[in-house]
Amino acid sequence: MTENVATTIRSSEPAFKVTRSRRNVAWSGIGAIAAIVVLFAFPYYVGPGTTGIMVQGLIVLTLASMWNLLAGYAGLVSVGQQAFFGLGAYFVLIPAMHGITPWAGLVIATIGAGVCALPLWWLVARLRLGYFAIATWVLASVVMLVIEQISSIGGGTGEPLPGLTGMQPAVLTAYTYWAALIVAVLAIGGVYFLLRSRVGLVLTAIRDDERAARSSGVRVGLARLLVFVVAAAGCGAAGGVLAIEQLQVVPGTSGGVFSVQWTAEMAFAVIIGGIGTIEGPIVGTVVYMVLQQTLQSYNAWYLIVLGLVAIVIALFARRGLWGTVDERFNIRLFPVGYHLWAPGERRGRKRVPAHAAQ
Amino acid sequence: MAWVNAIIQGILTGGLYALFACGLSLMFGVMKVVNLAHGDLAVVAGYIAVGVIAVTHMPVLWTIPVVVVLMAIIGYVLQRSVIQGAISRGELTTLIVTFGLSIIIENGLQQFFTANSRGLGVGDSFVTASFSIGSQITIAWLDLGIFVLAVIVLLGLQQYLSLSRYGRLIRAVADDREASQLSGADYRHVFGIAAAIAFGTVAIAGICEGMITTISPTLGTDTILLFAFASVVIGGLGSLWGTLLGGVILGVAQAVGAQINPSWEQLAGYAVFLLVLVIRPQGLVSQGAQ
Repeated sequence: MTENVATTIRSSEPAFKVTRSRRNVAWSGIGAIAAIVVLFAFPYYVGPGTTGIMVQGLIVLTLASMWNLLAGYAGLVSVGQQAFFGLGAYFVLIPAMHGITPWAGLVIATIGAGVCALPLWWLVARLRLGYFAIATWVLASVVMLVIEQISSIGGGTGEPLPGLTGMQPAVLTAYTYWAALIVAVLAIGGVYFLLRSRVGLVLTAIRDDERAARSSGVRVGLARLLVFVVAAAGCGAAGGVLAIEQLQVVPGTSGGVFSVQWTAEMAFAVIIGGIGTIEGPIVGTVVYMVLQQTLQSYNAWYLIVLGLVAIVIALFARRGLWGTVDERFNIRLFPVGYHLWAPGERRGRKRVPAHAAQ
Repeated sequence: MAWVNAIIQGILTGGLYALFACGLSLMFGVMKVVNLAHGDLAVVAGYIAVGVIAVTHMPVLWTIPVVVVLMAIIGYVLQRSVIQGAISRGELTTLIVTFGLSIIIENGLQQFFTANSRGLGVGDSFVTASFSIGSQITIAWLDLGIFVLAVIVLLGLQQYLSLSRYGRLIRAVADDREASQLSGADYRHVFGIAAAIAFGTVAIAGICEGMITTISPTLGTDTILLFAFASVVIGGLGSLWGTLLGGVILGVAQAVGAQINPSWEQLAGYAVFLLVLVIRPQGLVSQGAQ
């Protein structure tokens, strides 16, 4: 995971080096693969109750990664991602009602949600930060209202998901879990590789100074559109997983797929975990799951506590839990930046003040 | 004739929407804060009124001044503490903080009051009383009264901002924060006043909502916030009369939509909102940049 680019400044000077990461990340790469393998094996030695909880966590993890991509890297604070989440669920439901298995429906959900993002982006693209936030909320409401008009897919009351009735419960739980895990891994992996690519560099440039980026020829609007579409697709996939997990799709703002509470969960998870880092959403989702499980019997308290913690962290520890750790110890499990090494400097725990991006 | 009735009803409802919207517009105009908890504040005011009535048994209309003062104080305190802290840390933080407040308020209300909706009784006779113009147009006294109240509040706010000392301070800080500081204004205090006004007006609107229909914990984000925002966008930022126009247009659009198909009510309003957003995003009565 390292590339060396030798740049000679003067012929008599030793070369500067630019690498993608501070230290050798082969270990964290192996660690990640090991973790995924372990997670994959869960259904074999863990009960269905736990895998059910894991599925919830993986859904929120996917959503959080997407919201982090939007807000942390592209500067787009969307309070309307529940629109794509719900659309994803319906994109699994509708094909299932016509005989297409929900597992294939997941792919349709991902692509469908991404496609739906295009006209919605056109409506809100020009809006500034705060207006953009509420406008996405309005759009989500519009999407929900439109879908509730269509009685053939359940209208306002929801519709059960066909196509999975023949399976044994234990097998279904395992398949659902694996689907959720695959979606989450693809989501995080997708974000990671997106940010390591040219697009990631463009996003960092925009984040640092939009005007300067524009004057350098960066296609700001296009980059944001791409991020918006990718995030929509990711949320759509997560919505599809939810449809499979719940075996029904219910619209509506209280507990339904179009509830703003999904956005609340993903946003708070990102803020608490650390916005603008790929590891942040993972940490944040863990915090969210812990809170949700401990406060489960107290109904909506976990959201209240989650909100309070998010506000406190936003005000006093802006970089979130992971961000604070990263600042102290300079750990990057998912390196997406560039590091400049002065000639003769060796890799290690030494801090390099001039690193270009996060 | 049902159409004329619907349109009149829409106009009257629009007054209430404008009342919801002016606080949102004020906070954005002065502090550049989009208060995502704005709708929930109206609901909070309604529930406070419910509590006040339960304790003191005073008539509903008397709760208005009580709750308004209470909410204004809460607004000032909240602004000086939490929201100001968020403002100084950037727009993203402000959005997160107000969004967090919204979620906390909604879920908190749900915990303590359950998800059921509540109404603020105005006395049955008043609610259903109406008068007629001609033989086919009926207007409910309550709806007309709320519209008049909304216009009075907006008028009063307009005069306050134009003529009073604090009004001028608010406009000065809104125009140019640093310049007004040079003239000796404490912008944080002015922000607090603006927030107090915003909280107060939305409190009136919330109680009115409780009078004509019912309030429930999720009403703030289901409809109020979105309707207020739609009114501001349609009417245009920077003008209270623009906000009134925006609210009226939204109300009329909803009423017309409901006439065509009852379940199209909200969609019709949002359709007009989206139309304005695409064609004339600065609003119909715009004063300068968005």
